[in-house]
Amino acid sequence: MSETPPDTAAQMVRPGTATGTATTGAATPALEARGITLAYDRSIVFEGLNLSIEAGKVTTLIGANGSGKSTLLKAFGRILQPSVGAVHLDGRPVRDFATREVARRLAILPQKPLTPSATSVRDLVSRGRHPHQRMLKPWTQRDTEVVDAALAATGLTELARRDAGSLSGGQLQRAWIALVLAQEAPTILLDEPTTFLDLSHQLDVLELVRSINRDRGATVVMVLHDLSLAGRYSDRLVLVGGGRVLADGPPWEVLTSDILRTAFDLDALVVPDPSSGTPLVVPALRPDSAPGFRWPERPSTLIGPQK
Amino acid sequence: MTALRTEHRIVSVAPRRRVLIVTLICLAAAIIIALLGIIAGSSSLTIADAVRTLVGAGTPGQELIVIELRLPRVVAGLLVGAALGIAGALTQTFARNPLATPDILGVTSGASLGAVAAIVLAGGSYSVGAGLLSLGLPLVAVLGALISSAIVYGLAWRGGVDSYRLILIGIGATAALGGITSYLIAQAKITDATAAAQWLVGSLSGVSWASVWPVLVCLVVITPIALQQSTNLDLTQLGDEVSTSLGVAVQRHRLVVIVCAVVLTAAAVSASGPVEFVAFVAPQIARRLARAGRPPILAAGLVGAIIVTGGDALARGVLPGQVPVGIITAIIGAPYLIWLLTRRKERETL
Repeated sequence: MSETPPDTAAQMVRPGTATGTATTGAATPALEARGITLAYDRSIVFEGLNLSIEAGKVTTLIGANGSGKSTLLKAFGRILQPSVGAVHLDGRPVRDFATREVARRLAILPQKPLTPSATSVRDLVSRGRHPHQRMLKPWTQRDTEVVDAALAATGLTELARRDAGSLSGGQLQRAWIALVLAQEAPTILLDEPTTFLDLSHQLDVLELVRSINRDRGATVVMVLHDLSLAGRYSDRLVLVGGGRVLADGPPWEVLTSDILRTAFDLDALVVPDPSSGTPLVVPALRPDSAPGFRWPERPSTLIGPQK
Repeated sequence: MTALRTEHRIVSVAPRRRVLIVTLICLAAAIIIALLGIIAGSSSLTIADAVRTLVGAGTPGQELIVIELRLPRVVAGLLVGAALGIAGALTQTFARNPLATPDILGVTSGASLGAVAAIVLAGGSYSVGAGLLSLGLPLVAVLGALISSAIVYGLAWRGGVDSYRLILIGIGATAALGGITSYLIAQAKITDATAAAQWLVGSLSGVSWASVWPVLVCLVVITPIALQQSTNLDLTQLGDEVSTSLGVAVQRHRLVVIVCAVVLTAAAVSASGPVEFVAFVAPQIARRLARAGRPPILAAGLVGAIIVTGGDALARGVLPGQVPVGIITAIIGAPYLIWLLTRRKERETL
């Protein structure tokens, strides 16, 4: 295996990402799809797709079921090889890097990772250090510190010695995110990180994602199903469907009634979220919806949204 | 999910230390079993006699029995068991399935077809058979094993090998090769059919120093390669996608692991015939002893060595007549398989 000496401290800092100022054009995109064609066997999902992911931002891929958003994320995460074109990471084709070098720059958390049996939470999170380890000096004090910090950031310090298989869904998802944190990759891809979690745990995960972006300057690309949460926690939304990018921009530009009707075949109102001011997608009542059904009456005591 | 019971499964002892302790205990047990294997049988030797003879201080009579007759058989048992145990640990780990043994890669069925074809066709007037047998039965078995597992791997390849598809194709190949083997036996002369059936059971009765060396060489070469894949085996337990993300070259790793398992199994089978269930049971026993997330490689090999040597000693020392070790391991292994299946409460990945 060809080894390039890890230089973790330097990798976390990338020009143009430290400040929040938009330096579009000048800065190298963290990830870039250049004319990529993605296909499973013979069915083509994307053909000649171009998409560039700005460094230091939270970008969320949205789209209807089967629109290919997870496929696209897998291509960015080099799990799926494009049959045509190339994915560029930090300005160079992914293929030009040694595999462990990519692992030091890019982490992907798939939708259904396998939880190993008889493995403690700490052990699981420690595996995130693999790309930084070398043959002769496998585990360093710094590795321990990074794992400790990842456990602390995800609120798992108390559970570190528990068997990973005994965690609840929310705790387990935090453990996986801790593994990704321990990997210390400046670009993080998350495939539906909130699936199977209740609303409160979804918020836990998304707050964690935003803090990773804010505190570490990490570039985050994720796939989300919940449009309102996507709007609340993302700098930019990329709506895919029918083998192409249907809309791309800040949440208020992408989440509009017209676009939602085209992409999801959905009649919806988009109103400001009373809590965050971000777009809130409210599905409209369908005209033929449940004829004769009596909708629950609005209690007279109900007060409008606070704040 | 037991929501009300607050069960906190704690992983206590550092896993690596526990694996090391279990491995050392298994090593001690294997040495004791080997000594018992040397004295097991008809003539009256004590363990002290055996040790004395091994260090070169025995009588000429003891030397003949220990060095020439018993030792090759015991060493063969240790090596065959170790090879099968390690091969089993590798296969079960990469496939993330305790039921995946090297048999499923088509190794054993290919070796069996090769050996049976050589025995049966050589008995007739076919030049094919004579040609096969002139290579020597072990070599024919190895060829059969390598060719069939290469075919299984090739058929499972679709821009990469997915372990689930590999297992399904392996099961199909095993059935097809087994069918051909059965056909060859059914239409063979009765003496050839008996010889073939004996080979298929798996026995150490025919081994000599000559059959020990190839297995030893394979173990010495392959074991370090297998151990070197330990970290990658740990990482691939998290799934192909996570291990790719962590920088594991998954397909290359998987090919290395499969080649290791196939070569070890082929070497073992060529020396003793297929000794049933060792590759399946040994890694699972080692994993439970070590309470590890996957079977520890060295401990699995040592447990395999204990099972085969112990089974053979049991057959010679306790049971009447010449019971092949393959029968003993099957008798122990099959109930263990059933127990394992009924006992599994939750769906484990391994």
